[in-house]
Formats: sequence, C-alpha cells, structure tokens
Amino acid sequence: MRVTVVGCGAVGSLFAANLAQLDDVEVWAFDLDREHVAAINSNGLRLSGAGEVVGEVRATTDAAELPPSDFGIVATKCMHTAAAIEATAPSFADGAVCSVQNGVGNEEAIAERVERVIRGTTFPAGRVVEPGHVQWDVKGDTTIGPFEPSPAPAVEVERLADACTRAGMPTQAVADARGPQWRKLIFNAATNPIGALTGLTHGRVCEDPALRRLVSKLVDEGKAVATAQGIELDADPEELIDHAARPDVAYDHKASMLQDVEARRPTEIDYLNGGIARFGREQRVPTPLNDAVTALIKGLEASWTL
Amino acid sequence: MTDGIWVIGGGVIGSLFAAHLSRVAEVTLLCRRAEHAAAVSENGIRVSGRADFVGRPRASTDPTGLADAGFAIVATKANDVETAAAQLEGRLGDGSVMTVQNGLGAEEVVRDHGSWPQLSAVTFMSGTKLADDHVEYVLDTPTWLAPYEDAPLELAERTASLIVESGLKAEAMPDLEPARWSKLIFNATVNSVAALTGLPHDHHFAELEQPTDLGHLVRGLMDEGKQIAAAAGIALREDPWEMNVLATQRGSRHYPSMLEDVEARRPTEVDFITGALVREAERRSVEAPLMTAVYRLVKAREASYL
Repeated sequence: MRVTVVGCGAVGSLFAANLAQLDDVEVWAFDLDREHVAAINSNGLRLSGAGEVVGEVRATTDAAELPPSDFGIVATKCMHTAAAIEATAPSFADGAVCSVQNGVGNEEAIAERVERVIRGTTFPAGRVVEPGHVQWDVKGDTTIGPFEPSPAPAVEVERLADACTRAGMPTQAVADARGPQWRKLIFNAATNPIGALTGLTHGRVCEDPALRRLVSKLVDEGKAVATAQGIELDADPEELIDHAARPDVAYDHKASMLQDVEARRPTEIDYLNGGIARFGREQRVPTPLNDAVTALIKGLEASWTL
Repeated sequence: MTDGIWVIGGGVIGSLFAAHLSRVAEVTLLCRRAEHAAAVSENGIRVSGRADFVGRPRASTDPTGLADAGFAIVATKANDVETAAAQLEGRLGDGSVMTVQNGLGAEEVVRDHGSWPQLSAVTFMSGTKLADDHVEYVLDTPTWLAPYEDAPLELAERTASLIVESGLKAEAMPDLEPARWSKLIFNATVNSVAALTGLPHDHHFAELEQPTDLGHLVRGLMDEGKQIAAAAGIALREDPWEMNVLATQRGSRHYPSMLEDVEARRPTEVDFITGALVREAERRSVEAPLMTAVYRLVKAREASYL
C-alpha cells in the first residue's frame, strides 16, 4: 500500500520514517520546506533518540507529483490543514485520510475535500533538528477511528492501524476516537495557553495553587462540552496534568504554545481553546474561560504585527 | 499652600505634577535615584507633547535637609507608598497630603503616618518618560480629587485650582469613590489585558466582531467590575466600557504601565489594581471568574521573571 504523509514536521516524520521500514508500504511525504524535502530525498528521513531509524521516503514540495495513495496521514499545524488538503486531495481520490494533529476541527477541514476521513490522536513527539533529521523525544500510542460525518470503513481504519503498529508506532483502531482526542484536547487547552501567557513551565504552573485552580476550571469547561456531545473521555485530563507535573516527567517542559510565543510563531489556539469554545457554542455550553484565554492569545499574536 | 510642595515619586505622573506645579509654586521632586535627582536639578524637567516647556523643580533623594512642606503629593507606585509616607512623618506642619495611586488603599497607608488632612485623587492624565528629565504628556485628561475622611472640600477645591493654574486639568468633588471605581475597573481590565497580550491600549480592546475578539473579554471583565462596585454600594461616575471605547477611538495607542512593567521585568501594581477588585469580590461574595483569571495570570507572569 502507499501512504502519503502531509506535513512532514516532527510528528509527520515519525510516521513517515517508521512506516517506510515496512516492505509492503511505500511512503511519500508532502512538505513545503525545500531543504527538508531535498535532504529526505538524498539521504533518507532520519530519526534519532527514542529510536534510530532511517526511512526511504519520497518527498516533494509539489502536490502534483504525488501518486494516488491508499492513505493520507495529515500532520501539519492545524492552521495549515485546509490549504494542505486542498493541494493534496487529488491523490486521495480513492484513499482514506487520517489526521494525527492537535486540537479539533482538522477532520472537518479534511472532509471538505476527501470522502473517507479518519479521526486520530497521537502522543509521540519530537522536533526537527536539521533538514532530513528528526529527534524522537517521546514514544507513545496513537488512537484512530472513523470520522463520523465522513467515515472511513472500519476495515480501512484497521488496516492503517495495523501498518502503523507493525512499523513501531503502536496504534489502536476504535469505533469512537473522540474520547482520546478530547482528553488530549482538554489537557492541551488547559495547560498550553497558561504556559504561553505566563512564561512558566508545566511544573511551575501546577505548583501555584491559584493557577492550578484556573487550569481545573478550563478542564471543567472542556469536559462539559465533551459531555454535551456524548463523548466519553478515555482518561481524566486532571490526572494527566498532575502526572506531567512530576519532576521526573515534564516539570521543566515548556508548552509548545509557549515555545511558539517565544519564537513569535502563530499558535494553534483556534483549534485548542478556540475549538472547545466553538463546539461549546454549538452545544450551548458556556466556556467563558476558554473564550478568555483564546482572546488573550490572539491578542498576543496581534501584538507582534504592530 | 505657598509653603512649598513636595512631589514624591518621579515617574510619569510625579514628573508631570512636579514640572507643571513648579511654574506656580516652590516644588521639590523626591525621587529614589541620585542620578535622577541630579538630572532634574541640572536640567529641570522638559515636558513635550500636550505642552512644551521646561519646569524647574528642585530635586532630591532625601528630604532630611529640606525645609518642611505645606503640601505633599504622593505619586509613587502603589508598592512604594509606605516608604513615601514614612518620609513625610513630622515634616508637614499643618500641611496636607494628596495620594494619587492606582487601585485602592493608599490613603490608609498614609494615614498611619500622620493625622494631616488628606486628599484622595485619581488621575487620568498619562504620558511617557523619555528620560529622567523629559516626560511626554500624552493624554490631558483630568485629575479628580476629593477629601479623604474629614478633610474639608475647600482644601480639594483650592488644590484643584492650583493644579489647573499650573496647566494641568483637575476637578474637585465631594466624593471620589464613583470616579475612583470607574478608573479602577477600567485600569484593572486594560492593564491586565495589556500586560498579558503585549498590546497597547488600542482598537483591539473594543473589537466585538468575532466571538474570540478581545472586546468581549474586556467587556466581560468590566461587567464583573461593575457587579463588584454595585455590591460595594458604589454608583460609578462613568461607564468603564464607554471609557474604553472612547480611549481606543483616540488612536493614541497608550502603553499601560503594567505592560511596561512586565516588559521591563519589574514588579507590577497588579495586587493594588486587579487584586484590589478580586479581594473586594471575595469579601462581598461576588463571582468574578474572569477578573480572578487575569489577576492570577499576571501574578504568574511576574513570578516567571521575579
């Protein structure tokens, strides 16, 4: 089978390089970074850290070069989903496309262009250290399931999960993948903007009792919106938050949104807290604090363009 | 009031008062840094913007050798009122003191150091310190003053006249609370949001088009402030939201002091401004989740660099 990874940053590279280890999978990558694409084509896509892997991946910056694929794995930042899928959709005319992105709203954007869509949530993480080379920081599980309004059939979801698992990216196919997605969403939405607005690491956010209460209030709003949609979380985000605050886990971790803010890169706020707020409005569940942090982060982004 | 005036605090407000009043009275500016006092003694204070002149107050870091004053304006940051008031102890004869801090509580701190007649003031004038001896006068909005405790209204009126004579705008009134609370709610909101977003007080603060526009948060914060004021039995003199809309329409892009403090990694006045409202809300059992959130976020932002 042929898989095209759309957006070959850190997470996309983890899927691409690992899947390329399988004899029965041909991997393509679509990315706009010319140097990264050139390096992948000349030296392969290299992972180091949690696993040492070099994958033979065909990479391109030109979507017209992509052959028809059985599967797409979209791993761009959320704000690029619509443009990326618009460019690559022709190669998925007879394929299914899976999002492994942060936040909510990506599957909806993919479904505008592609018929069979898979909802996915992934926990492995890394960072691009140089063109063609990604540091694999954290191993983790991935959960995928049909995207209800434009679902890929279960057998197709299972086929992708099987390939990822065999490639060393443990992936579970489930009937309803919203639970893990909203668990991760709520975790990220309750912690990322607080780190970004205060400059504090995850551990320091959690050890300030007043700030930790604010985190919990954000969690509670997210849970209420999930419940209103009939989503059952697969674990309590609060436990994840406290677990991550341990010195041996992620006490010193700067949330990705804080890293974005420090580098003055656009954040994924619209798909995190903004996503919770949007689904909340649809469900008529008030989300005043998620609205507030969304407005603050968007204000922060606006301040860079003055 | 011809016995000489001490202006304590050489920030924007103190500099504007000292420079202007030096044209109609004997004024000494008391500031913290020796080089600041030296610059003012040597060059005076240049005022540009709304006015254009050089005021010639004396300047000193230490009132010990000075002749006693007949009137003192405490124009320090709220955090420094205690130190300023201690300098006044025994030095005013039958003179009087005016406090002009943001937030609540400066009068009580000063009262602990003497039984002199006191005036409470809030000022809406603003400016930018360009150098120790140069202040730009940006907004020529008035200073409002009123008797504190049993001081006579006539003292407030005489003081207002003197300030007006010096070229600034001032208005005496019997009760400051309606004006003070209007400004407190305005300040708590605008300063906190500016400090967190990095935005000067500009059009973003009044934008209401999209659900995530900053104006919604600003209005939400001000609505909470109004509820706290109502619970405290205060009838506001001006509607803070209207003040906000008006100020943002001026197009002057004012940088609130809390934003400047955060950018310079200095302690902010958040405890005296936003914190004062949060404490009033708690005391009066008024729900103020947004005000509490921005208060905690600014405190945490301070903690990230202090």
